[in-house]
Amino acid sequence: MAFYDGMFKAFGLEQWCGEGNSDAPLSMADLLAKASGKGADGPIFPFPSLDNLNKSCGNLSQTRDLTKGIEDGFLAAKPALKSVLDPLTQPLSWMLDSALWAFAAIPWFIMIPVLVAVAWFASRSKGVTIFVAFSILLLAFVDHYDVAMQTLSIIFVCTGISVLLGVPIGIAMSKSDKLERVLVPILDLLQTLPTFVYLIPLIFLFSVTESKLYGIAIILYAIVPVVRLTNLGIRLVDQDVIEAANAFGMSSSQKLTKVELPLALPNIMAGVNQTIMMSLAMVVIASLVSAPGLGVNVLRGIRNLELGVGIVAGIGIVLLAVILDRVSKAALQRVDMTHVKH
Amino acid sequence: MSNEPKVRLRGLYKIFGTDGQAALEHVKAGMGKDELLAKHHHVLGLQDINVDMQAGEITVVMGLSGSGKSTLIRHLNRLIDPTAGEILVDGEDVMQLSKSGLRAIRQNKMSMVFQKFALLPHRTIAQNAAMPLVVRGVEEKTWRAEAMKWLERVGLSGYENHYPAQLSGGMQQRVGIARALTANTDIMLMDEAFSALDPLIRTDMQDLLLELQEELHKTIVFITHDLDEALKLADHLVILKDGAVVQQGEPQGILLNPKDPYIEDFVSDINRARVLRVRSVMGPLKEGVSYEGDVQAGDNLESLIAISGGETGKTYRVLEGETVVGQLDMLDLVKALVPRISSAPSEAL
Repeated sequence: MAFYDGMFKAFGLEQWCGEGNSDAPLSMADLLAKASGKGADGPIFPFPSLDNLNKSCGNLSQTRDLTKGIEDGFLAAKPALKSVLDPLTQPLSWMLDSALWAFAAIPWFIMIPVLVAVAWFASRSKGVTIFVAFSILLLAFVDHYDVAMQTLSIIFVCTGISVLLGVPIGIAMSKSDKLERVLVPILDLLQTLPTFVYLIPLIFLFSVTESKLYGIAIILYAIVPVVRLTNLGIRLVDQDVIEAANAFGMSSSQKLTKVELPLALPNIMAGVNQTIMMSLAMVVIASLVSAPGLGVNVLRGIRNLELGVGIVAGIGIVLLAVILDRVSKAALQRVDMTHVKH
Repeated sequence: MSNEPKVRLRGLYKIFGTDGQAALEHVKAGMGKDELLAKHHHVLGLQDINVDMQAGEITVVMGLSGSGKSTLIRHLNRLIDPTAGEILVDGEDVMQLSKSGLRAIRQNKMSMVFQKFALLPHRTIAQNAAMPLVVRGVEEKTWRAEAMKWLERVGLSGYENHYPAQLSGGMQQRVGIARALTANTDIMLMDEAFSALDPLIRTDMQDLLLELQEELHKTIVFITHDLDEALKLADHLVILKDGAVVQQGEPQGILLNPKDPYIEDFVSDINRARVLRVRSVMGPLKEGVSYEGDVQAGDNLESLIAISGGETGKTYRVLEGETVVGQLDMLDLVKALVPRISSAPSEAL
């Protein structure tokens, strides 16, 4: 005799409920109660949830049916989704694989000077460059060079794609209020969704052996700030200057390339900096789905309780993060200097 | 008179709001600005504007803030679209232009100077001054030479590789003017161009503009809220109030014969001796009068008071260049110095 029997009786639904009664599987709590010999005495006034209602009316679904339904629906849609998404995302796999291969194939005595040179040209700051050289050499010294390069190559590819996709999306968003209204909730969702949750649908869609699986997860997570800040940057461009551009007869494309993008550049660069940092955060979590790199060692540290391995890898990640942040921030400051302040 | 005006505005209305056309009916039926806002939540920007702007003249549009003057100037190059009315530039209706036609007219016929300068902060002074040419796709050698020429003309040579933020406000506006001149258009729109500058620099800039105008003869539309500035620059003065033209005409005429209490208020604070010219107060030549001396029709009354030593009994012969055009009785001059508002009861002539 369950709590809500009376209610269904009062509505005259007894007949309808009775037909499918009692074939629902028992919940774990019920099983335990049965095993211990006590009656299934729930709370005095249970919440009318699906499971509790099911006890009185077998024709109502249990919550486990709901989750099962979602899973079935997803599985049913999978072949169709896969046939569209697979070819679309295949280049991502190739890019990631070839980047991983290239970073591994280039010998360290070429790679390290190249990275230091990149740091110098981006930042033009002696301090930053020396710090970059020191950090990479330190990582190499403790035999973390290979994994660090794997992480770095994934970040390069994913940040590059995020910027290539994110900046045009941000521009389109700044031009159309309608598009902004549509995209803002999606961006909010991408940003608030716990990073692990990204992986669930992706694991279903792609096989764990494919590198695009983690590539997509990283890009989805990291693309948000560059889209947002491109949009914001263009919207914040001084309206007086835009009016002047219009008054002198600039076309929309001239306005975009000669006025809006240059003036929004500091904001866009701040977005790129955030995108880099977020892809680093995600590449560590993506080691759960076979992303190579420092994250794998962190995972090993957790799984096997190898404290030292985890901590060294963790420090490696921090070093990478600081390198990427300092270099991109120094580059940002340089952009800001040449274009706005003097 | 036979000349076709360079710019003609015909029955121009602008109503800000979601349904301008519906609100237009109310306005044409005689509804005022406040009533329209209260009842229909539309803002009346401009109301039945009819202005002719002659080629080679400075037309000054004056009004207090909110009178619609900045809205008006933005209609000429359609930065704002009117709710109703015609805008004719060289006889061509700007309203009929396609998007590319409009861009062409903005590039080739009109240039604009802005109150807040609106320079590109990431470009050098030379690049800023050359902007109109760069937009047209002119090659660098040509635009650089043009920009340098006009920067020098406005007194900024040597600054071409600086950035706008490195310059003072007055210098930035010189760049703004150089930019408009580089465009080499017949029409120059100046939206409160000097209002953000301090008084001394403003006077400098007004002199610079008049000097440039003397040699270039552009059709200039100048917006200001400052009557002194308006009287100094204007060949044709248009006074706006609540989006409607209260009075327009030759500035001296408006000063001597204000049509409206609003304008009387405006002109009462003016140093009339400095603004009014002999031409405006002189009378026809009379027989048998002995003259103290000759004065030029273009002199202002202040200089005449200095010449006469303040005596009201004297009479001067007025020359326009070499030809005699009339005579000036110092008594008339003194009368003209008093605003009409207080002399109204005894106005018998």
